[in-house]
Amino acid sequence: MPVDIALPSVTARKTPRGVTGDFVFRLLTFLFALLVLLILGGVIVALVQGAFPALRAFGVAFLSTDIWNPVTQKFGALAPIYGTLMTSAIAMLVGVPVAFGVAMFITEICPIWLKRPLATMIELLAAIPSIIYGIWGLFVLAPFVQEYIEPPIIDSLGRLPGIGALFAGPPLGIGVMTAGFILAVMVLPFISSIMRDVFETVPPMLKESAYGLGATRTEVVLKVVLPYTRIGVVGGIMLGLGRALGETMAVTFVIGNAHRVSASILQPGTTISASLANEFTEAVGDLYLSSLVALGLILFAITFIVLAVAKVMLLRLEKRAGG
Amino acid sequence: MNIYAQRRIVNGLVMSLCVAATGFGVLWLVLVLSTLLWNGVAALSPVLFTEMTPPPGSAGGLLNAIFGSVVMTLIGTLIGTPTGILAGTFLAEYSGGSRFGEVVRFINDILLSAPSIIVGLFVYELMVIRMGHFSAWAGAVALAIIVIPVVVRTTEDMLNLVPNALREAASALGSPKWKVIVMVSYRAAIQGMVTGIMLAVARIAGETAPLLFTALNNQFWSTNLNAPMANLPVVIFQFAMSPYADWQVLAWGGALLITIAVLFLNIGARALASWSTFRR
Repeated sequence: MPVDIALPSVTARKTPRGVTGDFVFRLLTFLFALLVLLILGGVIVALVQGAFPALRAFGVAFLSTDIWNPVTQKFGALAPIYGTLMTSAIAMLVGVPVAFGVAMFITEICPIWLKRPLATMIELLAAIPSIIYGIWGLFVLAPFVQEYIEPPIIDSLGRLPGIGALFAGPPLGIGVMTAGFILAVMVLPFISSIMRDVFETVPPMLKESAYGLGATRTEVVLKVVLPYTRIGVVGGIMLGLGRALGETMAVTFVIGNAHRVSASILQPGTTISASLANEFTEAVGDLYLSSLVALGLILFAITFIVLAVAKVMLLRLEKRAGG
Repeated sequence: MNIYAQRRIVNGLVMSLCVAATGFGVLWLVLVLSTLLWNGVAALSPVLFTEMTPPPGSAGGLLNAIFGSVVMTLIGTLIGTPTGILAGTFLAEYSGGSRFGEVVRFINDILLSAPSIIVGLFVYELMVIRMGHFSAWAGAVALAIIVIPVVVRTTEDMLNLVPNALREAASALGSPKWKVIVMVSYRAAIQGMVTGIMLAVARIAGETAPLLFTALNNQFWSTNLNAPMANLPVVIFQFAMSPYADWQVLAWGGALLITIAVLFLNIGARALASWSTFRR
């Protein structure tokens, strides 16, 4: 017997449900993603625009002059560029081996129950704002360095011919070395946490077979883990370098802000970011201000290249781990 | 036999260096925090929270700076968070390996590590010069620009962790995609996203460099967002570099307040993150 089933009346909608909402939401998220690109574009345009008067006035010589004289309105970027590179070099020299040791300890040696708390403690180093490192460096580290570290360095290394020039001069506590040292502590957590991450991408099989052949832990890390993760490790170091180059407040406190290129790392100097922090709000005159913006442009260009290289390297590793 | 002994010695040496390196890292954390506590607690007093920043050579508090920091951090977060979440949503849900998505992701990662003082310069050129004066608005915008990449990154990462089966189930029930994202993906990823926002707030709470050229400083109580506004980091910078003992004590007090806030946010964010992975 046929049953009469009442079907709900279906009226065809002109557009399927939700199409408008989808379009709007998609457009909205797209626009905000575009905003990220616009911020970068804006930064570049603003810096180039602001730096233009100085670059026009001084030309390429801006990069190679170490005069910084607001009175005669003559500016050159050599001293800050030198200071930036020098402090970052010291930071890398000290920070990278320590970061490697920390990463190796946490991934290979440390008992499991200690892993989490240790990793957290090292990462909290990165959470402390840079101004805290600055005030600490100024009031605690600099006097300590002046009293106990610099005199023996000057007496021993400072007397050597050749490299002695690097360690010459009176012990001031404040200077390029102290700044580089603080930077080393600040980039340590960034580098070690990336190293830790990439070390953990090594297939256990590889390590186990090396152990099975009788390799020591050192040999496993140096001959299996490190070659496997080479790109990632370098990427992590570059990322740390990018941080060190642009770090502002901690350096500003302890570098002494002296616009000169001195051979000795115990003497005061300046970095690009420290010059900006110290002088920008007090700069009088368009050319002075523009020269400072030009410094910012140089810093941005350097860090952009370093960070982009780091990112490309880490991406390559990620692709290999994923595929 | 000799070579075995040698290898063992090298191994022992490298292992002890690793332990030493880790100890070195932990030692720094302990040293910084303990001197900060030592000097900061000495500066803590009710006056710190009730009086304005003093002129040189006299006593006072940090009330206006605390207020300014809270206000600008809040506005920066309010501007930066929705922006970051929407951009992160695009990357996770819509970009699907497109060229544009890859470029945005790449640029975002660079902005994430770019020097914050550059952001300050940018906002100076963008707002301070046009408006003709320093202002709290400019400071808040500079902070927002620092928040955005952090939130974009964590939002994308967290949305990528949401199992596709959840989205498919919702789609099969006939939900339009935007509803799937808002009602399903966001809800599944909410803890991770909140963690990211907390980390972003922790980051800007102590940021100094971008505020130097934007919000500047203000010795007096001001709630005018169109005028320079005091804030803890810049006050610490100014007071610590000064030769006045009163000011230096206040700088330590401010430093302690910021560090407590930042560490609290960080540890809270970590606890939230581990709690959510535990629950899953």
